[in-house]
Amino acid sequence: MAEGHKLEIFRGLVKFKSNTQKIWGVLAFLTLITVVEVAFGIIKPAILTGTYILGMKLLNWIFIILTLVKAYYIAWDFMHLRDEKSALRRAIVWTPIFLVMYLVFILLVEADYIHNIYKDGFVTWNF
Amino acid sequence: MDTTITTGEEENVWGGGNRPLGASYGKLMMWFFLVSDALTFSGFLAAYGFSRFKFMETWPIADEVFTHFPGFHGVDAPMYYVAFMTFVLIMSSVTMVLAVDAGHKMKKNAVTWYMFATIIGGAMFVGSQAWEWATFIQGDFGALETKGGRILQFVDSDTGKRAAIADFSSVIPDDRVEHEKKNGIWYYNEKALPSYSINEVTQGFQENLNIVIRTEVLNEEGEKTILTREESLQKIKSAVMVVEGANLVRNEYGSRLFADFFFFITGFHGFHVFSGVMINLIIFFNVVIGTYEKRGHYEMVEKVGLYWHFVDLVWVFVFTFFYLV
Repeated sequence: MAEGHKLEIFRGLVKFKSNTQKIWGVLAFLTLITVVEVAFGIIKPAILTGTYILGMKLLNWIFIILTLVKAYYIAWDFMHLRDEKSALRRAIVWTPIFLVMYLVFILLVEADYIHNIYKDGFVTWNF
Repeated sequence: MDTTITTGEEENVWGGGNRPLGASYGKLMMWFFLVSDALTFSGFLAAYGFSRFKFMETWPIADEVFTHFPGFHGVDAPMYYVAFMTFVLIMSSVTMVLAVDAGHKMKKNAVTWYMFATIIGGAMFVGSQAWEWATFIQGDFGALETKGGRILQFVDSDTGKRAAIADFSSVIPDDRVEHEKKNGIWYYNEKALPSYSINEVTQGFQENLNIVIRTEVLNEEGEKTILTREESLQKIKSAVMVVEGANLVRNEYGSRLFADFFFFITGFHGFHVFSGVMINLIIFFNVVIGTYEKRGHYEMVEKVGLYWHFVDLVWVFVFTFFYLV
């Protein structure tokens, strides 16, 4: 399989000469994302914490999206999913994504409901 | 090239040796395991999200909890250490993938050294996590707990910084000492007494006019609410006990569930890293004694590599949801 590595990332924008080179390139990219995340986490720009999208701070959306980007490159380049057959890749990726989205949707909606009960209801808990 | 059809008519379909989806049996099974393990972790993180949404207005702020860096005592360093840990784990993932790459080229020495570096990286991560746990369990400022189980922390209103209960509590001479098993024959150990009793903290609070209370409630800017001196004097009456550090029942940082999830999720992840290091060790020794050289391929390194990258992958999510968001 050594010769079967796909050496392009960013949809062909960056093409590496060898697999080793690609690994270091992906490391640089992942490190950059982590640095950006930590910098945002410490500075917390007011414009990002003050803006809400779908009930969540824009900053948190940025964190989640950057995390998914990191996860993508770890799975695609470190775990060689890029080199696997597309059917295997889809089976591995979409099964958990579907189940997790389903679970998260149910749990968060339910949690928000309980939160409102605590807030508006007759249960005293903050004393 | 992206097809699922297995060619090779010389093979008997039921005779084994087929490679459905172009992956060997071992690799496919590792992927099955990783998918199911990913769902386990997702379950934990979703439960964390549930509790966090439920207590949206009172959840602790992570970068006020994890502010320590080894060797820099008293320096406020939010998240630097955990960022370092993240980097260590990504780095060990890189050496792992380099080991896999060297394995494809049948370079035994390179595989050996890259595996060794991976093991060192993993051990560093587990050690860092142990340190993180120890710091978390020990706590730093101390707090009071109210009848309703809420946490009251203290702030110096002159500087706006957190005040430790040790800084302002008065010492009331008291003959109440912790009972130890060696001092009695029919009692067992009692739970550790806090460094200061509730009376000492309360009295010290009344004497130090600059100390005010910080509640769990988040204000509109997303920061913890700081009460005025008058409100604080009123609020402290509801306190029933002193809390120092963290355990599974209560913690000085705020919501009880925060510490529970911290121990549970990072603990479960740390256990994965630990087992990963152990498995890497086994593979490392196999590489050294030339097992895979004789076998003619280094696919075992690749399979273990998948597990190791998965551990890194999970940490990326734990890092986001526990420390950043």
